[in-house]
Amino acid sequence: MKKIPQYAALLAYMVFLAFPLVWLLSTALKTPQEMANLHPTWIPDRPTLANFSDAFGEQDLVGAGLRSLIVALSSSVLTVAVSLPASYALARYKGVLKRVALGWVLVSQVFPFILIIIPLFMVLKQLDLVNTLFGLVVVHVTFTLPFALWMLQGYVRSVPRELEEAAAMDGATRLRSIISIVAPLLAPGVVATLLFSFISSWNEFLFALVVLKDPDVMTLPLTLVRFTGPEGVSRLGPLAAASLMATIPSLIFFAIIQRRLRSGLMAGAVKG
Amino acid sequence: MTATATRPPQTRRRRPSGVSRQNREMWVLMLPALVPVLLFSVGPLLYGIGLAFTDAESGRNHVTSFVGLENFGTLLADEEFWASIRIGLIWAVSVTVLQFLASLGLALLLNQKLWLRGLARVLAVVPWAMPPVVIGLMWRLVYHPDAGIVNTTFGTDINWLADFSWALPAIIVMGVWSGMPQTTIVLLAGLQGIPKELYEAGEVDGAATWRKFWSITLPQLRPVIVTITSLDFVWNVNQFTLVYVLTQGGPGGRTRLPMLFAYEEAFRYGFFGYAATMGVTIVIVVLGLLGFYLWRQMREAS
Repeated sequence: MKKIPQYAALLAYMVFLAFPLVWLLSTALKTPQEMANLHPTWIPDRPTLANFSDAFGEQDLVGAGLRSLIVALSSSVLTVAVSLPASYALARYKGVLKRVALGWVLVSQVFPFILIIIPLFMVLKQLDLVNTLFGLVVVHVTFTLPFALWMLQGYVRSVPRELEEAAAMDGATRLRSIISIVAPLLAPGVVATLLFSFISSWNEFLFALVVLKDPDVMTLPLTLVRFTGPEGVSRLGPLAAASLMATIPSLIFFAIIQRRLRSGLMAGAVKG
Repeated sequence: MTATATRPPQTRRRRPSGVSRQNREMWVLMLPALVPVLLFSVGPLLYGIGLAFTDAESGRNHVTSFVGLENFGTLLADEEFWASIRIGLIWAVSVTVLQFLASLGLALLLNQKLWLRGLARVLAVVPWAMPPVVIGLMWRLVYHPDAGIVNTTFGTDINWLADFSWALPAIIVMGVWSGMPQTTIVLLAGLQGIPKELYEAGEVDGAATWRKFWSITLPQLRPVIVTITSLDFVWNVNQFTLVYVLTQGGPGGRTRLPMLFAYEEAFRYGFFGYAATMGVTIVIVVLGLLGFYLWRQMREAS
């Protein structure tokens, strides 16, 4: 009984956190007729999944989803491929370069994006990469790299150096010990970094907005924003359904790393 | 070829030259990551700062020339820009402060043994797991004048996002909602790091709950609080996507954060140089405020 105020407060928080989500779900389940109703209700009169199939019927959305998938897959694989050797170097060697690199990781977290995005656009234009998915992949790799590097070097560091030294004693070359000792132990870290890079790219909006001008090459976040005008009520149902589906990859990712979040690993990463 | 000509005996492998070999290996390993970072972020950053002193425009046959501090002079007199900075600061300060207070309360609750705590924890992380664009679209549905839930619940008839006085508070609420996870998780981790002995000692001295909060929890949490509020502030100043999706800076510029203003200047009107000047100015303002905040915190701490 003593804890009533605490429970009241917790309940208030849960309502605040949950109500927009419930509303999104509720909108996604409503029929167009009900959407036109002037007094919307929390629970749909006749819940329907038609909005989800409607969203799949939209050429724009499906195409954009596929393009987002291509961009996110290529950027995540490239990011990990490029940062894996560097993360090994950061975790195992000392030197000026290491301090500079880690400093850059921190700076990149608080970037004033507008300062970068204008010259970056000019550079991409010079290289004829504006309006191409490859251009966007390049940008996503560059901007996911610092954090991916930070994650990976943490995983490399958790592989005991003694294992490599033992391998060296047995006559293994450095490359050999990396392939047979470090790589298998690093696999979970690589998967986590891949997922993180995939989500960053899948969710990204601002760079895509600047790089991709033509509706035919736009990724999912851009197409979702263009999907409905500010007041068009009839398309809100499919929009809500598509938004929910666009969230699925991140939800899977967060379900996987939930435990780590609780143990405060991400907190440490954010704090540097 | 010279290095391999005479292979040193095994026992003498750890010579001073090991350091330079290590250095070389490090460079080789770093290279694949270094090239894109230099080419697409360090380079452009420096180039962007340089652009602030030019009259660069997007037009094809425009010849860019160095104009010195001219852009900064124009900017100082640009009332629209300073109005945007004012809005940006109102937004960033209110969101950061409200986010902090709300997250601290939530973190304190989550740190206790309460029923439903698990569900609350999951809910607290969900905004983080959502694409920013979806968060923006979701709040557009919430605030929608006809199909939204806010008007229905409160019996109002307000077009929240198009109303001159309500648009900014409306996006601030969304900002608080979307940024709570990071802040809550960091504060919760901080709370869990406070040694239990301190509270036990407090109880021996007969300190009340409130007193323990003021004399133990807050001082112990201070470094974490300073870090996360600084980060939140910078992130909020840099916010673009959420507000772009929700209001595009409208109505009549009432929610036009500095980043939206600079984006429009560059990509809608094509004034690259002038927009870069805005970017530099925003960074100076933010670093100044942040420096002042950190300096005060450090002085109070010592």
